Amino acid sequence: MVKVVKRPEVKGLRQFYLVEVLIGLYTTLRHVIRNLIYPEKLPTVIYPEKPKPIPAATRGLHRLMKREDGSPRCTACMLCATNCPAFCIHIKAAESDDPYIEKYPERFDIDLLRCVFCGLCVEACPLDAIRMDMPIISFTGYTRQDFILTKEKLLDHDNSDFPHAPNYNPPKPLDITHGPHHNEFLSRIKK
Amino acid sequence: MDPITFEVINIVIVALLAWGIPLQFIPLMIWLERKGAAIIQDRIGPIRANIGGIRLFGFLHNIADVIKLLFKEDVIPNHVYRFYYFLAPFWSMTIALIPLMLVPFAAPITIGENVFRFQVATYQSGILLLFAITGLGVYGIILAAWSSNNKYSLLGGLRSSAQMISYELGMGLSIVAILMTYQDVQIQNIVEAQSGFLKVFGITFPLPNWGMFLQPIAFITFVVAAFAETNRTPFDLAEGEAEIVAGYHTEYSSFKFALFFMAEYANMVVASIVIATLFLGGYQVPFFTTEELRANPQYTLTAMLVLGILTFLILGFLVYKRAKYISVHFPEPLGKKEYFFISYALFVLAILFVILIPVVLNLEYNDLASQIIVAVFQLTMILAKASIFLWLYVHVRWTLPRFRYDQLMNMGWKLMLPISLLNVIITGIVIAL
Ligand code: SF4
Ligand code: SF4
Repeated sequence: MVKVVKRPEVKGLRQFYLVEVLIGLYTTLRHVIRNLIYPEKLPTVIYPEKPKPIPAATRGLHRLMKREDGSPRCTACMLCATNCPAFCIHIKAAESDDPYIEKYPERFDIDLLRCVFCGLCVEACPLDAIRMDMPIISFTGYTRQDFILTKEKLLDHDNSDFPHAPNYNPPKPLDITHGPHHNEFLSRIKK
Repeated sequence: MDPITFEVINIVIVALLAWGIPLQFIPLMIWLERKGAAIIQDRIGPIRANIGGIRLFGFLHNIADVIKLLFKEDVIPNHVYRFYYFLAPFWSMTIALIPLMLVPFAAPITIGENVFRFQVATYQSGILLLFAITGLGVYGIILAAWSSNNKYSLLGGLRSSAQMISYELGMGLSIVAILMTYQDVQIQNIVEAQSGFLKVFGITFPLPNWGMFLQPIAFITFVVAAFAETNRTPFDLAEGEAEIVAGYHTEYSSFKFALFFMAEYANMVVASIVIATLFLGGYQVPFFTTEELRANPQYTLTAMLVLGILTFLILGFLVYKRAKYISVHFPEPLGKKEYFFISYALFVLAILFVILIPVVLNLEYNDLASQIIVAVFQLTMILAKASIFLWLYVHVRWTLPRFRYDQLMNMGWKLMLPISLLNVIITGIVIAL
């Protein structure tokens, strides 16, 4: 069914819009007078010098979380790369020396020029290895290469920089093949 | 001095004045537009451009603008009609600068046996010539639109010419009403007739004798038509950027674009001065005639000083507020010292003027000095009156959205035209009575 919305018809002297114009001018005049006399009430943010505090939930630049020994927590499971709608995560996996860990990312590149900052990679990661909680929302570079976050850049951070996002330490990866841990693992995935 | 040499010197001086006023007002207007926009939209406006820390409230952005426009590449597309393409910006700017040659800026003063007129040309049919010339302004737009050979430009030019024809009528008819009221076509006589108090049917009102109060309907239609003539919001259909890119100046870049840009502002200045001349008493000081002012030069000078003191106090207060805001809110106070300096300088000037008042009251004035004092007062008066309308242009631009084309045409033909015709008829009846 089509519903025709009629345009409100303006007739007679109101076509001159004189009263409406005067009301509009009065509104803006109030702003002018207030802003001239009380400039301290202006909501302007003095940007580069005094930026606004960024809310804790802002999706900023990505970072890769680290284990206690400093190695990346990521196991190159590729879930984030699969989930990424912009296909901008490129991971090259390599075998890990640690017997408890299968793989680790040898290269982990995020192309920021393609990233849409949707945060799906963070959602996808089963190990909470990738986060977007860096309070950096403006980044610049002179070349395209500058906008590619490599594994080194992603790991180049200190947990103490993020007091609002505590780095909880996950338990050591469980040996799921034998022993008592098996049940525990099963109960964990059920949760 | 023999009359002919005097006449030539007179014309040259006043022509430079009449030429310089719009040119000097252009940067001022661009600044006012930026700052006014910011203040209306709750921003602080331009503040960063500086030379050695001197910012002048963002005035230096104009210099940055000019440098940018001068050094930009001047692209001349291959598909344009070159001669007209080059002619258009010059035409716009030239026409914009001519009309003020017909407007008197102050009452004529007598030096010896010669009369120094503050008006370049005193034509018998001054007001008609004035509107004939301003009507030519649209040719700049049409030439640019057609010679650009670009459909957006052409659409802009067509809209502009249609709009011009519709509003020229309302404008002309409101002028007819004015001509009937004053029964004269010479601008200087119309201005002369607007001195003293308002007298209607022998009753004196406590209002200045301005055309605005004698012909309110003509005043309103004229102001609306002047907005349309200068192609400003809400009538800037010629450059409706949402639909036709930039309208007639789409193909222009660098300094040719700057000329169009400046012509728009020059047109605004001219229109404001013309409105002030026809409806706000021109150079007349409200309530007082030129003779009264000349008879009491010490009081005239005192009045000037008092007005100056008020202006300086208000400006000083506003700058002081801003300086405080800047010193509190900016971590590295941008131009804080300069702002405080300017506000204190304005206060000091105000105090200086206060001291000058008793001095001025006790001085002796000869005839010429008093005439010059009055001329200066009148010149500031007409510029102050024009400034009201210049601010109105900015104010309206940042308040109203653009009219739709049909609304524009409806308003022009179905409203402005009948109203101004009716006004003419009523004026005729009243005069005949
Ligand atoms: S934020 Fe979105 S687009 Fe960016 S890397 Fe993560 S999943 Fe891809
Ligand atoms: S960041 Fe997380 S989801 Fe991406 S590969 Fe590493 S472990 Fe898998």
